[in-house]
Formats: sequence, C-alpha cells, structure tokens
Amino acid sequence: MPEALLAIDGLDVFHGDFQALYGIAAEVAPGEMVAVIGANGAGKTTLLRAVAGLLGRRAAAIRWKGRPIGGMRADRVAALGIALVPEGRLLFPSLSIEENLLIGGRMGRRGPWDLAAVYRLFPILRERRGFAPAQLSGGQQQMAAIGRALMANPELILIDEISLGLAPVAIRQLYEVLPGIVGEGMAAVIVEQDTTRALAVTRRFYCLQEGRVALAGASGSVTREAIGRAYFGV
Amino acid sequence: MDVTRASRLTRAAAVAGLVLLVALAAAPWWAGRADMRLLGEIFLYMALATLWNLLAGYAGLVSVGQQAYVGLGGYLLFALTMLAGLPVLAALPVVLIAGAVVAVPVAALIFRLRGAYFAIGTWVIAEVFRLTAAQLSALGGGSGASLPPAVVRTLAEGRDLREAMAYWLAFGLLVLVLAAAVAILRSRHGLALTAIRDNELAARSLGIDIWRTKLFVYVAVGGLTALAGALIFLQKLRISPDAAFAVNDWTAFVIFIVVIGGIGTLEGPIIGTLVFFALRETMADLGTIYLIALGAVAIVVMLRAPDGLWGLIRARTGAELFPLSRRVTGIPPRP
Repeated sequence: MPEALLAIDGLDVFHGDFQALYGIAAEVAPGEMVAVIGANGAGKTTLLRAVAGLLGRRAAAIRWKGRPIGGMRADRVAALGIALVPEGRLLFPSLSIEENLLIGGRMGRRGPWDLAAVYRLFPILRERRGFAPAQLSGGQQQMAAIGRALMANPELILIDEISLGLAPVAIRQLYEVLPGIVGEGMAAVIVEQDTTRALAVTRRFYCLQEGRVALAGASGSVTREAIGRAYFGV
Repeated sequence: MDVTRASRLTRAAAVAGLVLLVALAAAPWWAGRADMRLLGEIFLYMALATLWNLLAGYAGLVSVGQQAYVGLGGYLLFALTMLAGLPVLAALPVVLIAGAVVAVPVAALIFRLRGAYFAIGTWVIAEVFRLTAAQLSALGGGSGASLPPAVVRTLAEGRDLREAMAYWLAFGLLVLVLAAAVAILRSRHGLALTAIRDNELAARSLGIDIWRTKLFVYVAVGGLTALAGALIFLQKLRISPDAAFAVNDWTAFVIFIVVIGGIGTLEGPIIGTLVFFALRETMADLGTIYLIALGAVAIVVMLRAPDGLWGLIRARTGAELFPLSRRVTGIPPRP
C-alpha cells in the first residue's frame, strides 16, 4: 500500500461531556475510495467533521501527508485539499446553484475541476444553474453539493450520507458517476447507510459502532454476517 | 437563457430611486427647516440600521454596542474641530478612518467571544468608551460640551446654508452607506458573507476564512458608524457621554428598526426606519405608552412575520428592489 494520504490514529472527539469517538484509527491512500458505515449515532459524521477541521483539537491524531492537522481551522484544512460534502447537503439557500459552485472554487486550487467540468459531469446543473437550491430535487441538490466540493480541486473528498433521503433513481445516478471522479489524484471517503452499495463501489471500509472501529477490511471479502455483527454489536 | 440580477422591478426601482434621489437632494429648496431636520434624522437612522444589518443580518455579528462607534464619531468630531482646529468638512473623513482603525483592536478582542457573550462584550466595550469620554476634561468631562459657533461657521456662513449642508451630509452618508452595502454584497466578500449567513459550517469547510470576512465587515461598519455619529452630533450641536453612548438611542431602536423591517435584506432597514418614525411622530407625546407600543409592535412582528415586514412583502410578491440575487431569464417553461 502506498504512503497514506490521510492517517488517523488515536482520535478522541467529545461533544461537551459526551465522548463521540474513542481512539479511532484509519487510513486513506491516494486515489482510493473508502467507505465508512455504521448505525445512526455510531460517530460517522463526527469522524468526517473532525477530519474537515470542524471538531476536535489534538493535532497529532490526524495527519495529512504526514503533517499533523488535527484541530486546524476548517478553512485551512480545506486549503490543504480536503473537501467536505456535508450531511444534508447544506447548500447556501440564498445563492443560485452556480454561485454555490463558485463559492467552492474560491480558494483557487489548481486542478481539473472548474464550472465547465462540473457541468459536464452533471449536465442538469447547467440547466438549473440560476435556480435556488430549494427548487432542485434532492438528487440534484446532492449533485450540486458534490460539484461545489469538486470545485475546490481537493485531493480528498469526504461525502457524508451520500444517499440519505434520495430517490432510488437519484442514488443510482450518483453511484454511476462516483468511480469516474475518484482516482486520478483524488481519494474519497463516503459515509453511507446502505452498506451493500457502499461496499460494492469501495476498496476498503471501516464500520463504526458507538464511537469505535468495530470492523475494518477489504470491501470485497467481508461477509454479510461479519458486517451485521459489527453494525449492531450482537 | 441568461443569468441576471436585474429584474423589471429592480430596474423600475432604479428609475424611481433616481427620481427620489434628485427630489431629496433638492429638499432645501422645497422643504421647511423642521421637515429637513426630520428627514436628516431619518437618513441617519436608515444609515445606522443598514450598517447594523450588515453586521447582524449578513456577518452574524449581533452587536449591542454600536453606540461605541456613534459616540466615538461624535466625540472625534468635537475633538478634531474644537481642539485640533480642523474645519468640519475636513474632520469628517478623519472620523471615518479613525473609526475603522479603532475597530481593528476592538475586533481582535471581542471576536474571541461567541453568540450572547459577543453581544455582551460589545456592550462592555461601549461602556468603556463612555467612561473614557467622561474623563475628557477638555470636552467637558461628564457634563459634555457644545460645538462653538466659530466651528459651526466653518461648515457654512448663513444659517440656511448651514441647515442645508447638515441635511446634505446626512443624505450623502445614507447614499454612501447604501452604495457600500450593495458593493460589499456584490463583491467576492459578499458571496462569502451570504454563504456564512446561510450556513457557517458549510462555509468554513469550503475554505472561507470566516474570521477575515467578518473582520472586513466589522471594520467597514465601524468606520461608517463613527461617521454617522459625527453627523448626528453635528445636527445636535451638543454632546455628552450619556447621549453619545446611549444604548437605547443608537442600538435598541436600531435593532427594532432592522427586526421589524426585515433582517438580512437591504430593503428591511429602510422600511423599518419609516415605520419607526411614523410611530414616533404620531405617538411620542404619549411618553411611556409610546415605548410600550414599540415593544408590542416588535413582538407582533417577530411572532407573525419573523422575516420582518419586507420578508412578508417579498414572500407575497417575490419583489426585490435592489439587484442582489441572481435569476435566470428566458428559460422555457417546464413541461
């Protein structure tokens, strides 16, 4: 395995007095797609937010290309090349779709992604570029949120709850384009409730349970029973 | 298909605005002295409300201490003209810049605080300013000072021209503030500001430097609020620490105006100011009952129309007077 792009080791995160993550260890290699699965409240969103610089403070717990970045300010983390597609999309409701995309490209990182490239990937966004996010379907909003993150030309894209609340046809569309955008210098971590789908497109996975890594391994070789045990803790 | 910010209504508003601009600029020729004073006061409140709205409505900085800058501007004007001997018109740009300069260290201090603590912090700063002003014996200490006639005459010789100048300055400030607000919101900072207002978490994770964006707005608003303060006390001709740093006059009323007009919109503070003055001019004689009525109006608006009166109008009609949001034109209707 090549040297890790992102290496997490001994990550604890607290929400006030409540400990959400206990000594998480995980790695992402360049160009690799990794799934984070687990039940509601297992800590998946907390893990992504900690990587994005929105939570947590111990620097050495998260390393980016060997450099400690835990607790770094979110906008500086983003400038390093880590982009978050947050749970619930969180598009900016008073900006148009195109303005939402432009916001993502504000940092001026170089790379293949610009407005034209995002519109090639999701042609429907070009048609809807002047619309407010609320006028789009959930699937189109998720495309806009992914496009907004791609505009930053990240080396790692973190996609939280990629298919939550979306119609099956929209989910299928998103999973069709995913393999195409990963690779070529960009790795991805996807958080997903639908384990079957997540394991089908990723190389490796981490299954969280009550704030700990309950199971990790190669997505292709894990059994349904093992996942079930790790998922529910029975 | 084309993306534009203008609509038929924003263009009509631009034409009507131009006519209004000319009519108001010509007020010294058609309005009486009392009307001009009232209009001048309305303009200054509109400017204060627009500035507070930039802070709270766009940058999420809910300050209850903007009287710090109003008072600072007033005192700076008095100090620069009475003690340093500057003519009024030369002192005003100095006040603008000094207000912005003072805002930088203040921001470094209070930006460490969040939410309610930030609000209280701004108030504490204003109190510190007030107590400091009360120590300035050269400007009358706790009892304050009056602007000497010699200073006032540097504005203009005759009384009529002086009144007209004070009016034009207030009007000019309002135009400057509105233009600055539109310019800020249409700039790259504006896109970031709107994003921060909509969702701070998403904005941060997209690499927007929240701190720098907020600092930029806070400093610009600080300078312009100080300038407004200078013009307010140029109209009053008298200043004292309690009047200059009054939380009621320069912050509570301003918050009332922005909240009932519609926070986070440029139209809101303008409408709010008109409502506020309509209430004040008809009910101010009633004393305490007037303040109770203000409170009641605020409560009803917050419960019934949380987006303010302009929010209500916009929800009903989709109207927009300032060309800020973008829209697509020429799309074929959906099948």
